[in-house]
Amino acid sequence: MRVGVFICHCGNNIAGTVDVKAVADEIRKIPGVAHATTYMYTCSEPGQDEIKQAIKQYNLNRIVVAACSPRMHELTFRRTIEKAGLNKYYFEMANIREHISWVGENKEANTKKAIDVITMAVAKVMQDKPLFSSSFKINKRVLVIGGGVAGMQAALDCGDGGLEVVLVEKSPSVGGMMSRLDKTFPTIDCSICILGPKMVDVAQHDKIKLYAYSEIEDIKGYVGNYQIKIRKKATYVDWTKCTGCGACMEKCPSRNAYDYFNFGVAPTKAINIPFPQAIPKKAKIDPNYCRQFTKGKCGVCAKICPTKAINYEMQDEIVTEEVGAIIVASGYSLLDLERLPEYGGGRYPDVISGIQYERLLNASGPTAGHILRPSDNTEPKTVVFVACAGSRDKSIGVPYCSNFCCMYIAKQAILTKDHIPDSQSYVFYMDIRSPGKGYDEFTRRAQEDYGVKYIRGRVSRIYPKGKKMVVRGADTLLGTQVEVEADLVVLGTAVLSNPDAARLAEKLHISYDTFGFYVESHPKLRPVETNTSGVFLAGACQGPKDIPASVGQGSAAASKVLALFSKDMLESDPAVAKVNINKCVGCLKCVRTCPFQAIKENQLRDGRIVADVIETVCAGCGVCTSTCPCGAIQLQHFTDNQILAEVNALCQG
Amino acid sequence: MAKKRYAYYQGCSLEGTAVEYDKSMRVVFDALGIDYVEPEDWSCCGSTPAHTVDHVFAAALAARNLSIIENMGLDVVTTNCPSCLMAFKKAQYSMENDETFKEKVNELLDEKYNCGVYAKSSLQILYEDVGLEAISNRVTHIIPDMKAAPYYGCIMNRPPKIAQFDDPENPISMDRIISALGIEVCDFAFKLECCGAAFGVPKRKMVNELSKKVIAMAEDAGANCIVVACPLCQQNLDLRQEQINQTTGSNFNIPVIYFTQLMGLAFGYTPKELGLDKLIVSADHFARSRITKQEYLEREKAKEQEKKAKKEVKKQETGEEENP
Repeated sequence: MRVGVFICHCGNNIAGTVDVKAVADEIRKIPGVAHATTYMYTCSEPGQDEIKQAIKQYNLNRIVVAACSPRMHELTFRRTIEKAGLNKYYFEMANIREHISWVGENKEANTKKAIDVITMAVAKVMQDKPLFSSSFKINKRVLVIGGGVAGMQAALDCGDGGLEVVLVEKSPSVGGMMSRLDKTFPTIDCSICILGPKMVDVAQHDKIKLYAYSEIEDIKGYVGNYQIKIRKKATYVDWTKCTGCGACMEKCPSRNAYDYFNFGVAPTKAINIPFPQAIPKKAKIDPNYCRQFTKGKCGVCAKICPTKAINYEMQDEIVTEEVGAIIVASGYSLLDLERLPEYGGGRYPDVISGIQYERLLNASGPTAGHILRPSDNTEPKTVVFVACAGSRDKSIGVPYCSNFCCMYIAKQAILTKDHIPDSQSYVFYMDIRSPGKGYDEFTRRAQEDYGVKYIRGRVSRIYPKGKKMVVRGADTLLGTQVEVEADLVVLGTAVLSNPDAARLAEKLHISYDTFGFYVESHPKLRPVETNTSGVFLAGACQGPKDIPASVGQGSAAASKVLALFSKDMLESDPAVAKVNINKCVGCLKCVRTCPFQAIKENQLRDGRIVADVIETVCAGCGVCTSTCPCGAIQLQHFTDNQILAEVNALCQG
Repeated sequence: MAKKRYAYYQGCSLEGTAVEYDKSMRVVFDALGIDYVEPEDWSCCGSTPAHTVDHVFAAALAARNLSIIENMGLDVVTTNCPSCLMAFKKAQYSMENDETFKEKVNELLDEKYNCGVYAKSSLQILYEDVGLEAISNRVTHIIPDMKAAPYYGCIMNRPPKIAQFDDPENPISMDRIISALGIEVCDFAFKLECCGAAFGVPKRKMVNELSKKVIAMAEDAGANCIVVACPLCQQNLDLRQEQINQTTGSNFNIPVIYFTQLMGLAFGYTPKELGLDKLIVSADHFARSRITKQEYLEREKAKEQEKKAKKEVKKQETGEEENP
């Protein structure tokens, strides 16, 4: 056995706090190590060439690279040694950067720890076995979760690329948050006018199968072969018969249903079509408000419906779809006003959120586009906007910036002036964040052309005084306290992840951060990939994002899926669990513990029952290995012997 | 189960400017059967003057009292004054969470304090330990004319990390207690607004301005009485009310009474027993306009019947098509 060890300086990243030469000298003394050297950047092309040359020159058959995290470059070096004629599993990576040089400043201790870690890797590589990938067929259909602008863009791009798309949207219509907006910044385009055609395209595209008012129930499988269970929630209206005429909505006697589409700024009917441009334009009953459900009698909509589409007995339905890749575009939610008690959120009707104000501005909103304050339906003359209502506020649990509030507040202030020319708007802000194309000019326009008064400072309290709301805050530029008597207060509430983001992430086996936003594979270089192959991200489910960024990510995720599906076969990872049938007693504990349902029962010819791993489904997590009472399942590339060799190497050091 | 016994720390204000708060609290606690005992040889809680200068010293002043209470075998101390309350809570919080701080404090003390005593305001004990139901059951008299603005002051619930009681932005404990007494509560937006606190001596004008805002807001909310839980708030709003009128040109005449006094009135005690005579702006008319619960219920019943009768008449007038 001839092991070659390559220790990377990573510029000063490693060599700054680890004596790499001393490490190489020490490693060279290990029996079996035929060659140990250091290099400035091992991952660079000359660095990789040096590995290839050394393999030939010193006749090496096992390779260790001591550098960064294997998540960074393991695949790079595996390819390198494969090109040099070695099996790519005759390779180990010792992480001396993230685990050592970046976290400790004591050079002596770091050097010693680096020697220990590399010694372990050498011991492991000597135990490594050659492994070979097998290839499997992929199902070239794609699931898109979420029918907002990001999800629709992804679905359309995939569809146009010739892929069959399954689009699942949890609300009754596609369109997402963008369909609620009145205008978009910085061009003041009518939001629904630019989104509407996309929504229609989604509905009419012959490659896109839309499940509206549906949610993901369960996901099984792996990249290339997923089985998706979709829950079609009961709408109590047969959508194959519903023509969207709206007669039911007109006659429904229950007028106080919560309007999810309008964020509760005004009530709606218990049976409703969320908005005029809804896709699909179908009615749905809200059983929490429908008298047939709450009181057991009514039936007005069933009587009035010309196509007899109402069905009070409807149940949820589960359907199964098979796909090969998943694009997650599940969007975001907004901070509840009630979490801002100092601003009277939820207590005072004239303190509303930005998205609610958007509905008041919109011609198809509850006020038909006339700005009327909720308490008394009068036109407000003084409107105060509060930016960062919850954002950048650790006490709320939202330390981050919500990305687009500065911009939509400027837009809403401009629109307020357009709607009510004799009005005056004020904006309380911390910083104006407008780094997009044409964005800063836009916020300047609000101030200079529309006379919006920007006050730099936080609002401490909002309280009623007669019919007015008094907004009290600091003007940090003047260094004084200010009080503005407003008719209406609009809070730019913080962007949060979806309340069920974590549950969906667990179904997808993808990671999410402290705030519930999904984590991309690399923040700069792999922004729409996840660490689960076959699952891609688009839009604000990954973090607060405005429309252009969401659309860009939708297209990016689609292109990733198209690239993945450009091959007919995919290679499987051979580092999966393997059953030794001579040792297996057929207790099948592993079948029950496997989180991926990758192990099945198998009857041998002699009638004996044993466990059998489905290689392509196994994710290599190793849960079965620790479950097996007789050590019959071993995770390839992480066998007991291999791990013990590492432990021994460490303990002897 | 044996009845819970609380230590009651009176504090300096309650001996002097707020003697009626002390008096009425004792009456209410006795009426509700709350068992309390006073520590002997108590000293300053370490409030305002000390903690603006030296945190360790301030905590030591508080901990001296807590240590006495700990040695009495009690684990909860109650106090009326929010300043005392926060002095105790802050000392407890800092000592529990910072070992070196605890050592520094204990160095100054003769008897080491082991952090076994938790401070609760009398408001918290009445609201959480006694409960609204018991309070409501004890009510014998109703004051039908009163519209109360509950004023908590700035530190009863804040900072939330240390106060650990009620909502820091919109507290409701006192609102609910007053409601349980059958008294109307106004939606008062300045529940927590600053009254000017102890700046009445160095910056009288500022305190007058601040207190004026509080009183004006109470009147705007339709209140004819401000109900308080803090001796300093009471002093600024009541004792200085004439001063406010003179300096700001206002014309306030609104009683500012302790919530314990209000409870005492609802429990049927005389104004004398509750120290109502100590108030500068008289609240005697509320005591006089009290009616018994029995009488109140009868009145309400009569009102209800009158309403019903009116509705019936209206129904007959407009015909039978009222039902949707």
